[in-house]
Amino acid sequence: MTRLNPLMTIENHFIETIREHQRVSRQEALARAETALASMRVPKSRIQNYPHEFSGGMRQRIMIALALVLNPSLLVADEPTTSLDVIVEAQILEILEDLKRRYKMSLLLITHNLGIVAEVCDRVAVFYAGKIVEIGSVDDIFNRPVHPYTRLLLQSIIHLSTKELHSIDGVPPDLVSPPSGCRFHPRCPYAQPMCREKIPPLEQFRPDQLAACHFGKDFL
Amino acid sequence: MEQTPSKSLLEVENLRVYFPVKGPLIERLFQRNKNFVHAVDGVSFALKPGEIFGLVGESGCGKTTTGRAVLRLLDPTSGSIKFEGINITRLKEERLRLLRTRMQIIFQDPHASLNPAMSIGRAIGHPLKIHGLAWREEDVKKEVLVAMREVGLTPEEQLYDMYPSDVSGGQKQRAVIARAMILKPQLIVADEPVAMLDMSIRAKVLGLMLDLKKKYNLTYLFITHDLATAKFLCDRIAIMYLGRIVETGLASEIYKDPKHPYTRALLQAIPVPDPRRRSPKILPKGEVPDAIFPPMGCRFHPRCPAVLPTCGWEGRDFVDYLEERRTDLEKAKVDEINLGPLELWRARGLVVERPCEPERVRAITEYVKSILNEAPTPLAQAVERVKNVENKLVIEFRVPDPLAPKEVERRLVECLLY
Repeated sequence: MTRLNPLMTIENHFIETIREHQRVSRQEALARAETALASMRVPKSRIQNYPHEFSGGMRQRIMIALALVLNPSLLVADEPTTSLDVIVEAQILEILEDLKRRYKMSLLLITHNLGIVAEVCDRVAVFYAGKIVEIGSVDDIFNRPVHPYTRLLLQSIIHLSTKELHSIDGVPPDLVSPPSGCRFHPRCPYAQPMCREKIPPLEQFRPDQLAACHFGKDFL
Repeated sequence: MEQTPSKSLLEVENLRVYFPVKGPLIERLFQRNKNFVHAVDGVSFALKPGEIFGLVGESGCGKTTTGRAVLRLLDPTSGSIKFEGINITRLKEERLRLLRTRMQIIFQDPHASLNPAMSIGRAIGHPLKIHGLAWREEDVKKEVLVAMREVGLTPEEQLYDMYPSDVSGGQKQRAVIARAMILKPQLIVADEPVAMLDMSIRAKVLGLMLDLKKKYNLTYLFITHDLATAKFLCDRIAIMYLGRIVETGLASEIYKDPKHPYTRALLQAIPVPDPRRRSPKILPKGEVPDAIFPPMGCRFHPRCPAVLPTCGWEGRDFVDYLEERRTDLEKAKVDEINLGPLELWRARGLVVERPCEPERVRAITEYVKSILNEAPTPLAQAVERVKNVENKLVIEFRVPDPLAPKEVERRLVECLLY
């Protein structure tokens, strides 16, 4: 949302991006910008406005239009809705899903919100302290998680059907001197001496599910 | 000091908090009618002793302002606030200070609510000194250590001399809770107390708040944007939108069967962490409008999926409709040829007008009528007349129906549907 240059009009953001990569005239660039913006429901009449003249949701839609104007095959969306309210968040997610369907584009969605993952993603990688601890289909990860961190994380989310509170003991580790062996071992209720000594590799537990836990088998 | 017999711990009636908009000096000197942000605009609710009351809404809805105003951390513009039956709306600072020991606040950002140069122990004991409840260092320390144990800040002797930068976010928030608890308050305003904490430790802090509540029969005014946390924690909730409460009632009933279209929209918009329950959503369009010039009638009307012609349509809604048409490149082209730039339109209350050359008046009127036919029905039906006055095209909207909270199935809802 703050990625747009406050001193540049929306029009110039687009012209700069397009002409940096493709040899087209200003007119042509402008025409492409208008189409991209219209697809994100930003009225053509506002193309000469500055970023501060738009609302948060509108700015995020402009950012998406700007990312799409070069027809990429991969879009990286880093916490695309984090500073937005829940209704606008849902609007933006709907747009992202629609793009994925319509343009067969791949989406790398970075988020801390597991609800968003469940609603938008096909596959998910769970990170802990700089490492992927589990990777697999959304269905497997949410319904049959293997890694203790994934399981505890899923339990600790507070959602509309939460009946009791769960949390993970301890605090996220310091990455200057990360814990030895499995980085989750100081907080893991199932930790064994081995977990402190040996770094667990990512191992396959189901056709499309890998986890980095020495005792993954026990959680199948 | 007026005393009224009441069973409520806190009673808020018709509370308004406006903030003046600061413009450039020249404008401030010459502008007679100043603009205000209508942060809280006529809010009423009451807290029974021992309950958790949630104020829920999106950013900018006025929930934080309401929370601060009930503790008189902000001065209300109008309305009344009664704490334990005492009207504190205009109470003088000295008198208020006596009551402050019984009402405390927990802020959202634990990193910003502790003085970085004050040790954890001193920070927690500070309120005792401010209110003159304990003076001798060892008395203060004794009470602080008890409070620290109570909130799970252990080993307390060690943590006592540490500084906020030495401890985790969760521990900081525990320190903030201990500091609020040390005065043994009746009411705690908790403003998004876990929003800044890591997901894995939120539950711990909420669990602590519940334990303390049970033990001391505390009353919480719990302010949050997170409907899931509010559902879990609160006995009753009030849903706020743009300075107004749109729905109040028992949390269990509101979540089971939301009545106000805004409450419904909010509940539907929350992403559900269950891939088996993906479903298409009916979302309100657009975003929360500016609180300096809130919409007429029901403030949710421009976005409401269930809107009626009588909900508050006004001149600028027509300009917004014209702007929305311009997101469709085909319509935009035709509209531009027939109507020219949007800037020609001037909206004022129920009226919107545009200057017109005499020879084009008829054509433009016809065109406006034709696009009104394509407009969403409630907007089109809210237009009272389209007329020509002295080279101007004028569109007049009908006066909206009056809106007030109504009792609907044991709760209050402010919506014309009922």
